[in-house]
Amino acid sequence: MQTFLIILILLLGFYIVIQIAKANDLMAIIRGEEKSRKQSNKISAYMLLGFLIVGLFGVYWTHHTLGDKVLKFGSAASDHGILVDEMIKYTLIITGIVFFITQILLFWYSFKYRESDERKSYYFPHNNKLELIWTSVPAIVLAILIVFGLITWYKITGAAPKDSMLVEITGSQFKWEFRYPGNDGILGKKYYKNIDLANDNPLGQIWDDAANHDDIYVSGEPMHLVVNKPVKLIIGAKDVVHSVGLPHFRLKMDAVPGTPTTIWFTPIKTTKQMQKETGNSDFVYEIACDQMCGAGHTGMRGEILVETQQEFDQWMKNKKPKWATIKKETTTTAGDQVSASTPAIPATN
Amino acid sequence: MSDILNMQPEIASREVGHKEQHVHHHKETFITKYIFSTDHKMISKQFLVTGIIWALIGGLFSVLFRLQLGFPDHSFPILETVFGRWAEGGKIHAEFYYALITMHGTILIFFVLTAGLSGTFSNMLIPLQVGARDMASPFMNMLSYWFFFIASIIMFSSLFVQTGPASGGWTAYPPLSALGQASSGSKVGMDLWIISMALFVVSSLLGNLNYISTILNLRTKGMSMTRLPLTIWSFLFTAILGALAFPVLLSGLILLLFDRNLGTSFYLSDIFVAGQALSNEGGSAILFQHLFWFLGHPEVYIIILPTMGVVSEILAINARKPIFGYTAMIGSLLAICVLALFVWAHHMFVTGMNPFLGSVFVLLTLLIAVPSSIKVFNWLTTIWRGNIRFTPSMLYAIGFVSFFISGGLTGIWLGNSTIDIHLHDTMFNIAHFHLVMGVAAFFGMFAGVYHWFPKMFGRYMNNTLSYIHFWVTLAGAYLIFWPMHYQGMAGMPRRYLDKSMWVSFSQFHALDAMISVVTIIVFLAQILFVFNFFYSMYKGRRCRSINPWSATTLEWTTPINPGHGNWVGEIPEVKRWAYDYSKDGRDFILQTEGPGENESVH
Repeated sequence: MQTFLIILILLLGFYIVIQIAKANDLMAIIRGEEKSRKQSNKISAYMLLGFLIVGLFGVYWTHHTLGDKVLKFGSAASDHGILVDEMIKYTLIITGIVFFITQILLFWYSFKYRESDERKSYYFPHNNKLELIWTSVPAIVLAILIVFGLITWYKITGAAPKDSMLVEITGSQFKWEFRYPGNDGILGKKYYKNIDLANDNPLGQIWDDAANHDDIYVSGEPMHLVVNKPVKLIIGAKDVVHSVGLPHFRLKMDAVPGTPTTIWFTPIKTTKQMQKETGNSDFVYEIACDQMCGAGHTGMRGEILVETQQEFDQWMKNKKPKWATIKKETTTTAGDQVSASTPAIPATN
Repeated sequence: MSDILNMQPEIASREVGHKEQHVHHHKETFITKYIFSTDHKMISKQFLVTGIIWALIGGLFSVLFRLQLGFPDHSFPILETVFGRWAEGGKIHAEFYYALITMHGTILIFFVLTAGLSGTFSNMLIPLQVGARDMASPFMNMLSYWFFFIASIIMFSSLFVQTGPASGGWTAYPPLSALGQASSGSKVGMDLWIISMALFVVSSLLGNLNYISTILNLRTKGMSMTRLPLTIWSFLFTAILGALAFPVLLSGLILLLFDRNLGTSFYLSDIFVAGQALSNEGGSAILFQHLFWFLGHPEVYIIILPTMGVVSEILAINARKPIFGYTAMIGSLLAICVLALFVWAHHMFVTGMNPFLGSVFVLLTLLIAVPSSIKVFNWLTTIWRGNIRFTPSMLYAIGFVSFFISGGLTGIWLGNSTIDIHLHDTMFNIAHFHLVMGVAAFFGMFAGVYHWFPKMFGRYMNNTLSYIHFWVTLAGAYLIFWPMHYQGMAGMPRRYLDKSMWVSFSQFHALDAMISVVTIIVFLAQILFVFNFFYSMYKGRRCRSINPWSATTLEWTTPINPGHGNWVGEIPEVKRWAYDYSKDGRDFILQTEGPGENESVH
């Protein structure tokens, strides 16, 4: 009933608007086309000026109401994030200046040069000097942005420090799983055909590879990282393309099935520090899937807990490698399915 | 409209009526005139009307998903009444949401802003403005529309299959789009999507080859390339881009079709989905992204270039000034056209692509800002010291420039890989491309429709409705997309249905609701436009002047309702460029007029 009422009101509204519009156009003809055209021309010009003023206020007001809800400059929680924030800041300043100048000129000229009987248009087809100026100035400014951008880009995507911690993150519809290399510091080989949910091998680790025997599998809880210690993420996916989005670290890297990717950074603030800084006791670092991956995309959420080395060691101490439980099972059951299905050409990380 | 031209309307229309009979010596039935027409003007109208229908559907989809995004806790029983299990309980389900956004993108980018836009204006204006009786191949031109029509029918029918239409995003990245197990939208709906897009590419190629050959070969006497209006230059570059880039999309889609149905592994490798390891090994999911974006990026220029041409023309006419820097405008179109082909991988900075390769694409991408800024400054100089008439089309042209600036500047953010690594695939991206190629292109299209409506139908659209439509759309589009930058700056990913479970992104409830309300209002304003369009087609004020806007170009030398063949008698000869407005104290000088004795030289 309510819906029909709304539709009825809408139809009535349309009808009224259309009738007024028709009458208005008719009136314009009766009053004399030229005269009413000039009048509406004036109205349009003033409305454009009004739009400029309201619009500029709107820019301020949007910033006033929403400015607190975004990730602030300098609040990045990783070393790379600080660089990204810097880059955004400079780009914002430059594009902001251009934005205000060009928008103000556009609407101001529109208003100022509205049609008038006293004015004659100025025949001005070209001017090489002007055109040269606004070819070269943007080119120089952009060159600066490109150079700074690329210097930062190479810092971010360069090789990870040797002492980085290694963590593997694997996306699948619609969850994240993590793997730590254990004491040997090497992630064991895996092969997707070894993935066997029934036999507790969700990542497809190849048990013949001894490097796998101390690898720690973590899921259903946050990825733990150590503050001020560089971490290199080895990113993979099992089914479709996902993306590891880390808004607080200002980083992102796709997870592509069949093609492992990497990214490294140094978290510089613990979760507790961030909770204090943001004044939000529920704060957690979130991993957001940024590449559409199916119906559950919205809920593909992971968490990262950044903590001190001691806290991390404490947490790690209670973790058992998957191999420990697998070994027990394989020795008790006669079949040796796991190693039998090991392929000739294992995929590596 | 202007006094000068209103002097002889009776004479003009009498002459037209008399001579039209001569032109129409071949008998036209309803079918040859309105359906299987080879007249470029009729084909243009067919594209436009089909585009309008698609735009309504695509726009309605955005209203539907905005309802859910704005009011996640609210139930809308009417949705269940209409869409059944897709909106059980009056809420839009995730599968439905992803189908809606996928089809919204596909429809608006391809069916409206490519076919509806180029199809309308290239077809309408190329023969009329270069001085040709029709396209180089009118029959191919007709086929172009009918391939588009079949593509439309298939895409439309895919909305009704039981497993739903394609729902892997308009970019259709495999493996999601290749595996029915991964998403119900990747079942038969995806096959229909691919087939429809393949036919769409055929349509677009038939059209583009025709546009290119007509512009190059069928110009009238005296119409050298440098005397062409900028509209034609922009259509030429658009057609070249389309002809070079669309075949690559076609190949990419055909390979996807093979992967889906024939067991090949072009894009598939190491996949464990729905509890099962697939046998495919050795493919690369990233390969598809390269093939897709090789079209996908030029595609945004295929959308924006024609509107740049249209806007340049309309700004000059209504400012009563020549376009500033005609040569620079062509040069910048050329630069954009060339660069457009070599920047595709800036959509892929975070796919694990080699960082060095990424840096090359950063360089080329940011270079595009140079020709773009030349265009903006030239437009500003064009209206500077003009004598501006605010026809609805002029207002739309000004709106276009405004949106192009707002959306273009954020391109400098996203084209820089250092920033993109943070903002990629966030709402910031949504704000950027909707402003720069969505809203801006629509504004260019509206400007063109209002401007050339008298040429198409011999009538004017209703002015008051046009002004209402303009102001609501201008303010609405900024209200919708400007705040989205802030959502993006909070790191909020795009394509999220419900943010309530997230700690980082759940702070925008009120904003999302506001955006949704404005979306509905803007959509209603578009219905006003559509009403205005169809109503004015039959009942609008008659255009009694051959040249209602006092323009210089050739289309305004044809009769008010030109028949097939456009000109009665000889095709006029062109003797000057297209932008002699307010020269030597004269309001405008038609392109057909020879140089005066005392004319100044610039």
